[in-house]
Amino acid sequence: MGFIHRHKGLVPYLLLLPGIAFLAVFFVVPTYYLANTSLQSGDVFDGYVFTWAWENYSNAISTYHPQLLRSLQYAGIATVAALLVSYPLAYWIAFRGGRWKNLLLLLIIAPFFVTYLIRTLAWKTILEDDGLVVNTLQAVGLLADDGRLLATSVAVVAGITYNFLPFMALPIYVSLEQVDERLVEAAQDLYASKARAFLRVTLPLSLPGVFAGTLLTFIPAAGDFINAQLLGTPREYMIGNVIQSKFKVIADYPEAAALSFILMATILVALIAYVRALGTERLSI
Amino acid sequence: MTSAAETVSVPRRSGPGALARAFAFVRRHLLTAYALLAFAYLMLPIAVVVAFSFNNPVGRFNFTWQEFTLSNWAHPFSYPGLQDAVFTSLQVAALSSLVATVLGTLMGLALVRYQFRGGGTTNFLIFLPMTTPEIVMGASLLTLFLNFGVPLGFGTILLAHIMFNISYVVVTVRARLVGFDRHLEEAAMDLGANEFVTFRRVTLPLIAPGILAAALLAFALSVDDFVITYLNAGAVVTFPLFVWGAARVAVPPQINVIGTAIFLVALLLMLANILWQWRRSGRS
Repeated sequence: MGFIHRHKGLVPYLLLLPGIAFLAVFFVVPTYYLANTSLQSGDVFDGYVFTWAWENYSNAISTYHPQLLRSLQYAGIATVAALLVSYPLAYWIAFRGGRWKNLLLLLIIAPFFVTYLIRTLAWKTILEDDGLVVNTLQAVGLLADDGRLLATSVAVVAGITYNFLPFMALPIYVSLEQVDERLVEAAQDLYASKARAFLRVTLPLSLPGVFAGTLLTFIPAAGDFINAQLLGTPREYMIGNVIQSKFKVIADYPEAAALSFILMATILVALIAYVRALGTERLSI
Repeated sequence: MTSAAETVSVPRRSGPGALARAFAFVRRHLLTAYALLAFAYLMLPIAVVVAFSFNNPVGRFNFTWQEFTLSNWAHPFSYPGLQDAVFTSLQVAALSSLVATVLGTLMGLALVRYQFRGGGTTNFLIFLPMTTPEIVMGASLLTLFLNFGVPLGFGTILLAHIMFNISYVVVTVRARLVGFDRHLEEAAMDLGANEFVTFRRVTLPLIAPGILAAALLAFALSVDDFVITYLNAGAVVTFPLFVWGAARVAVPPQINVIGTAIFLVALLLMLANILWQWRRSGRS
């Protein structure tokens, strides 16, 4: 205790040390080994050796760019769909929820309490070929009589949207909750219509939440493989399916590691493009 | 967009414009209807999971409703291997949430209570695991274990779960610490309590709900995790891995029973936490 009194400045570092050390060893250092593995060559029987094998990257891209593009596409559509569902919902809870806000938020995260794989399998029941959803869509002519949802890209995107929706809704709710309603009233006192007050006051103030929500939805969605595996077919497989099968089924570790890096790089590029687009859009508001 | 809104806002002074009236109607009715539909969408799969835990399926796949039965609930572990998998999941969740809560709470305290060099870097390091796709995190951890020849199993699962849980604990604890009134601690110190007594008798009770919420979140994330576990599990089977393995050959209704049970326990704990906060805020 005497030591702590004499070196007060060290206290925060001592508190941080165990956690930082753990993250360093099991999060940061593994990135080095992922990079190292991605440049190894050899085969599963004789083992893999580091050889600066850059061809792992070019081979991976030339073979698997369809899955990579599909990942971006599915994740992008799912993110937009999640935004369309989440924003009005979060708005309603933030401004109409009253004292029930916490309970309504609990309903939003309730899907997370059902094991990921089980709630995805539930969508298999909901979308099955002779199920209520398919029959209804066929009855109103939105789906051909022999059409199906299961084993299509629609099912995969729907599953991804559902599974990551709370990641979108919660940050939007948090930013809407912080909007000072007096600002909206002030805008209306100054003769702004409700629509205009929303567009010029509430919406811009909630954009940080939208931004955080889209990141938190898009990133895990782009790396997902469970929805494609359970609700789709190999025609809907995403880059995550390729990575997991290379690690777990055929033990091609170098190419799997290269694909992991390619996925990260692709997500990063997509994010930079998104930040730039959002930045200029915000300037025009 | 701007020009359309402006043309509408001018006649607004004499009487509500068409757009304004339409928007008012949307606000009044459609928004509520939309929100209720969205809630229905969120609840639908949960309802299916619960309902199908009472199903008596024909064949190996529990995807089509046949008839009501209580036998799945009476014998939840009758499916071979399920009991071990659930037990493994609970062990991993208990241990990993305990360690992650301790490490994460210490970090949260450091970040909120102290000014120090390197705070930005630390925040970034905490933020990164939450924004890295699970498959990449699981893959890099696996390459670490592969390169060092670490045998995959219970230990590697545990390390992985502690790793991805720490950030969530830090964020949860920190959120509760930000609104913390430091005058209470100063009052305790003025009354002669030393730092450790102050921490134990004042600080800890005040941040306990935050720590408990973080521990619950970590436990839930651990029980639910599939991707990172799948890559680093070796031959050990947790509950999600069991579901994955089973889904290829069969989906027994007992899976829904366990899923429903996990759901109910998590829901009750969260409700209890909300009620606890209501009571505390009501008292103060």
